[in-house]
Amino acid sequence: MVMKTSEESRPTQREAVAATPWPADIKMQAAGLDFYYGGKQALHSIGLQVPTGRITALIGPSGCGKTTFLRILNRMYETIPQARPEGEVLLDGEDIFSLDVVNLRRRVGMVFQKPNPFPKSIFDNIAYGLRINGMGGKGTMAEAVEKSLRRAALWEEVKDQLHKSAYALSGGQQQRLCIARALAVEPEVLLLDEPCSALDPIATAKIEELLFNLKDICTMVIVTHNMQQAARAADYTGFFLMGRLIEFNKTAVIFKTPARKETEDYITGRFG
Amino acid sequence: MSLRSRWRKFANVVMLSLTGVCALFTVSVLFVILGYLIYYGGKSLNWAFFTQLPAPVGEPGGGMANAIVGSGKLLLLASLIGIPIGLLGGVYLAEFGGRTFSFVVRYTTDLLNGVPSIVMGIFAYTIIVIPMKHFSAFAGGMALGVMMIPIAVRTTEESLRAVPGVLREGALALGASKWKTVLTVVVPAAMRGIVTGIMLTLARVAGETAPLLFTALGNRFWSPGWNQPIASLPVMIYEYALSAYDDWHRQAWAAGLVLLAFVLVANIGARFVVARGISFRRA
Repeated sequence: MVMKTSEESRPTQREAVAATPWPADIKMQAAGLDFYYGGKQALHSIGLQVPTGRITALIGPSGCGKTTFLRILNRMYETIPQARPEGEVLLDGEDIFSLDVVNLRRRVGMVFQKPNPFPKSIFDNIAYGLRINGMGGKGTMAEAVEKSLRRAALWEEVKDQLHKSAYALSGGQQQRLCIARALAVEPEVLLLDEPCSALDPIATAKIEELLFNLKDICTMVIVTHNMQQAARAADYTGFFLMGRLIEFNKTAVIFKTPARKETEDYITGRFG
Repeated sequence: MSLRSRWRKFANVVMLSLTGVCALFTVSVLFVILGYLIYYGGKSLNWAFFTQLPAPVGEPGGGMANAIVGSGKLLLLASLIGIPIGLLGGVYLAEFGGRTFSFVVRYTTDLLNGVPSIVMGIFAYTIIVIPMKHFSAFAGGMALGVMMIPIAVRTTEESLRAVPGVLREGALALGASKWKTVLTVVVPAAMRGIVTGIMLTLARVAGETAPLLFTALGNRFWSPGWNQPIASLPVMIYEYALSAYDDWHRQAWAAGLVLLAFVLVANIGARFVVARGISFRRA
């Protein structure tokens, strides 16, 4: 049903996109995006551009739709029956709803709220994505695993115990393992759904530093309840409220001189 | 102390002792059976019991080697039928089933579980023994295999449902298809529960007698291949216990002991499997 509506309503837009080259500084773009859980509308006409190689934070009170929006970007909403988007989301100018979903998720990775390593060894956790996507032959697998663990700043801590269970790691290490697992398949975009909400401040600081260093290799979108985290880590910030994107701008602007009263009330803690 | 509070204390003591006595009764039944089996069965249990064929009536000695091997072969056949169907059926119910069809399958499975084992025997007799015109190991294994299916399906389903959804999402988000997610993440994570369930249903059908009476029948000799009547421990116990010879009675006790030992080992083994290995549950 989703595919059908996208094919019916989009050709003209897609032709227009094809005519002009897609700007390299925009990685993903949502336009006029509505989202429904059954009959209940969760998102109203979201329009947002995710800048390439930057960290974009989405903030807002619980239930405002920021996680819902994040889960549209890699089509994870499809696991929920009767969930249905309407509107347009582009990745490098391509309509994500007409991409092969397996391919889309390889290009747009995701890290979840609670660390969710597989009940396998550390090595197998990282190698999993490579194996299912047919990447990395026998010789290069160990190399690829090391590279991902280094990128996630976990290599030094686990290099001697790669064949131990991933559950032997601490919560913060598990979350970095999940980031390494997502990075292993070389995604262009990394979605992070409150990745630090289950972690202590030290583990959180490590992850923020790590994200900062990842900007060279991928574009990131992070949902967070922690406003200091958005202010510290993000280049751009979007404020969601009741299923609408109220304001989107450079982080400094959102936190210092927000244009909308709702944004100011939220970031100063006057509600929500 | 008022009369009322005395009465309440009295009722409390009575109910507490009653539940305690019933709990004790449950435990003692198992130990009485075990004690009987060890006392009577242990006496006639010797090396010959495991290595020799049954002796002709009147002759002392002999064993049940053919019945032990026969039970093993029947369980192997039953596993070949029951485990794949139970496993895949459980995976379907837990991971792929829609609402209506799953409900029908689940309900049917529960009903199948309630079918008396003798009826299972008649079923196998009708569809295999009658067309083939003779009793066979194959017919017995088939009857036992069908009996394994319901428990295998439901324990597999429940084990898979206990796997946290975030693990599925983790695999899907890496670009795994639904099927690959189930095969490479969900089933391995649930493996311990699945193995436990299968061991328990194996232990259960190992002791079934009724479905074998007119399918595998029984055999006093070795039964090569899968196409002839075959001996099994439960049927052997049935025959020997009903006989008129003291010698046979003793051997029936010994067979009972061996069978119970197998069931207990399978149960304890299942517990052991549960207690170790990488689990998805956080410590």
